[in-house]
Amino acid sequence: MAKIRGSIVVNIEKCKGCEVCMVSCPTGTIAMAKEVNGKGYNYAYPLNPELCIGCANCAMVCPDGVITVYKTKI
Amino acid sequence: MIEVTGIKEIIKPENLVYKKTKIMTDNTLSYCPGCGHGTAHRILAEVIDEEGLQSQTIGVSPVGCSVLLYNYLDVDIQQAAHGRAPAVATAIKRLLPDKFVFTYQGDGDLAAIGTAETIHACNRGENILIIFINNGIYGMTGGQMAPTTLPGMKSSTSPYGRDVKTMGNPLKMTDIVATLPGTYYVTRQSVHTPANVRKTKKAIRKAVQYQKLDKGACFIEIVSNCPSGWKMTPVQSNKWMEETMFPYYPLGDLKTPEE
Repeated sequence: MAKIRGSIVVNIEKCKGCEVCMVSCPTGTIAMAKEVNGKGYNYAYPLNPELCIGCANCAMVCPDGVITVYKTKI
Repeated sequence: MIEVTGIKEIIKPENLVYKKTKIMTDNTLSYCPGCGHGTAHRILAEVIDEEGLQSQTIGVSPVGCSVLLYNYLDVDIQQAAHGRAPAVATAIKRLLPDKFVFTYQGDGDLAAIGTAETIHACNRGENILIIFINNGIYGMTGGQMAPTTLPGMKSSTSPYGRDVKTMGNPLKMTDIVATLPGTYYVTRQSVHTPANVRKTKKAIRKAVQYQKLDKGACFIEIVSNCPSGWKMTPVQSNKWMEETMFPYYPLGDLKTPEE
């Protein structure tokens, strides 16, 4: 069976660290970074990128539209 | 164990699933972290993009956090006086009937100072789309009590909670508007989870179709959060909204077209 792999790219300078994406992720891919961006927010980043399934839930709820989602079958 | 593909091999233009639409400008949104306004802006922009209406859209945004809409949507926007967006939209739609006209208003605007304009525009059956963001508070000015504030809900001007004896009852604008004969499609949605975002997007797309068919006023209420005004974190505020706001403002269609 083909396995679906996804990947997200976060525009970290525009992320405001609201954690809404982290809660909506069904696989626990996303976490908040300990580092801060230029505005002082702990930005979102893929902590476990191998778990991402490319469902785009995070991008759907992101209030700032900073997440871009890619998906492929392998 | 399946061989783990490198992340760089997944990130290719042909594998793209979701990207911010071009109708949203590159300006950083000035809303607070976790605010539902950003999501509402984005899905509205996506519908405009998917329907190919960028050059035919005229938005009207009045006063409140919603006034900043012109910064983020790459379409024509007219600013209206506080609460008067439906009146301005009426004029625009009557003069330019081929355009897609929408208003984007908050609850302090639509349900307080603009009650008369909203009710009469809906009652006349003006062929416009009204998007109503309801967060139960005056968000921009510092979290004062709005007409939509729930009984017992704390705000900066009702620090002990809203007492209905002295401060009145919350106003359910969407329910009022649904009883008017001029409205064609009235619904209440939210944007705090992916499923609700998709439903709201579907509702906006329906309203765009109905406006093309000249059916009358469409009214979409989006129950949203205000983390700064409610003094909560975004995730907490979404949970609070589910537990407290949704029993009073139940989601779903209030008036659907008769087939």
